[in-house]
Amino acid sequence: MSRYAKHRLASIPFVLIGVIIINFFLYHLSPGDPSNLYFSPDYDQASKQALRQKMGLERPLHVQLGAWFFHFVQGDFGFSWSKHRPVMDLLKEAVPATLELAIVSLLLNFLIGTTFGLLAGLHAGKWFGKMLDVVGLLIYSLPSFWLGILLIYIFSLRLGWLPASGQSSLILRTPSLLGTIGDQLRHLVMPAVVLGLVGGAATFRIIRANTIKVLTQPFIVAARAKGLSSFIVLFKHALKNILLPVITLFGIYFPFLLGGALIIEVIFAWPGMGRITYEAILAKDFPVIMAINYIAALMVISGNLIADVLNKIIDPRI
Amino acid sequence: MFNRIKNRPARTGLFIFSLLLLSLTLGGALAPFDPDVQDAPAESRFEAPSGTHFFGTDQFGRDVFARVLCGGRLSLAISLGVVTLSVLLGSLYGAFAAYIGGLWDFFMMRFVDILLSFPLVFLAVTCMALFGTGITYLILVLALTSWMDIARLVRAEVLSLKNQPFVTRIRASGLGPSATLIRHIVPNTFATVSAFAILRMADIILIESSLSFIGLGVQPPQSSWGGILNDGWPVLAQAWWMSFFPGLAIVISIMSLNLIGSGLGAQREHWL
Repeated sequence: MSRYAKHRLASIPFVLIGVIIINFFLYHLSPGDPSNLYFSPDYDQASKQALRQKMGLERPLHVQLGAWFFHFVQGDFGFSWSKHRPVMDLLKEAVPATLELAIVSLLLNFLIGTTFGLLAGLHAGKWFGKMLDVVGLLIYSLPSFWLGILLIYIFSLRLGWLPASGQSSLILRTPSLLGTIGDQLRHLVMPAVVLGLVGGAATFRIIRANTIKVLTQPFIVAARAKGLSSFIVLFKHALKNILLPVITLFGIYFPFLLGGALIIEVIFAWPGMGRITYEAILAKDFPVIMAINYIAALMVISGNLIADVLNKIIDPRI
Repeated sequence: MFNRIKNRPARTGLFIFSLLLLSLTLGGALAPFDPDVQDAPAESRFEAPSGTHFFGTDQFGRDVFARVLCGGRLSLAISLGVVTLSVLLGSLYGAFAAYIGGLWDFFMMRFVDILLSFPLVFLAVTCMALFGTGITYLILVLALTSWMDIARLVRAEVLSLKNQPFVTRIRASGLGPSATLIRHIVPNTFATVSAFAILRMADIILIESSLSFIGLGVQPPQSSWGGILNDGWPVLAQAWWMSFFPGLAIVISIMSLNLIGSGLGAQREHWL
């Protein structure tokens, strides 16, 4: 394992501890008593004390912090204040929804980004390549939430082709397996396309630049000089090298998708981590905020690690 | 200045961005309406774009064009403030880490690694929600979550500069290490950092408008582009123009900044 990956591995516990500590103090430094949100001012002070006791806010700070560590290590995320359910149950519903969206949009992203990036790199300087560059830059500059709004306006409000919100319909007109899958897909299309397209524009720029770089390297010139057709040179020699950054991008996009997905999930009312976070933050639901930040940090770290390891396997020079 | 920039995309970007800045500055002259007035008669609400109201009016009868121009000033000012702060912080941090070297450098950079593994958008959102949403506060939160890669960039630059002959000469002439670093080494990283900072400004405009869009950034009655989108989103079916034009303004500003930044980055060698 590279020195870099070792550092990465060694820093995992520090990151997780840091996430817990920073979130804990952010929450306790913030103005306002969280119990006020869940307490009618008509009640007496004694029952307020009891509520604070129940929320664990009466204990000394270091005991509270210690309790978070103790429970998180065991995988116990506590009880949501606003939803009155275990945080684990909320996560069990939200994480699959977010992963579904993230994986589909990543596939779209890489499909769009690499195909057009390759084309733009091969046609660099010609009119077709320049056209792709302009379109790529335009999409790269689109705020994902604005693209989402435009799509909703066109495809849901005007044309009525696609549902504007949610992951599935409550009542199906034709309840069957095929109907259910079709319904899920129709809900998935717009959020996935928005995330895939905007992310794909970033992949496009990187693959385009890399195509140009790889195609001018000596081993490609040598392969051409040997008399190989441009088709074989491209697909047998150049392609592997051109697509290499995709793996590193995976590690970068994964956390980005979690963050970027937050707003897309809010717009499309997608029942994933982003929306839970948004609702928890508005409700000052501390246990949920802690758990989400913790899980998100875990996902960021594992995304980076997977990218590191894959890179090492595919390209031993690193 | 304009003639020194030879890169064509950068020139195009600079031209578009100057036009944008000009219209934001002229503001009131282009759209002779008060962007904040709310006592307009009922029939002037939700007017579609026309010769009088280029971008239509919103649910309070406010002129959307005037609001976009006014909001743009806020959006750009905020991102400029964030970038200035984060460049300052990142440059100093990275420069000192590289110049001191050794164990200090190691620990300072590991700290940066740890921060970079944070889900920063979540952190920014959490901060904004917990501590309230003033503009000063927004700038601070965004700056504190975006200086790390500038620190990395400057550290790499300073590492390659600090053993150059000109530094040895300056040190030999008796100038102290901190003064040498700040007065002579750090200025040499400006060319790289400025291209990066322009690209970063585009990112910050995007993040700020995202935050304002979900109601965690600039608060009414003030509104940045994201805030106007937030107003328009619930009434999308009645008034598409309220959502369309502020978004278009965001796209234009981000696109022109991206053109300038990547163009300058490509041209850096010729510029020095």
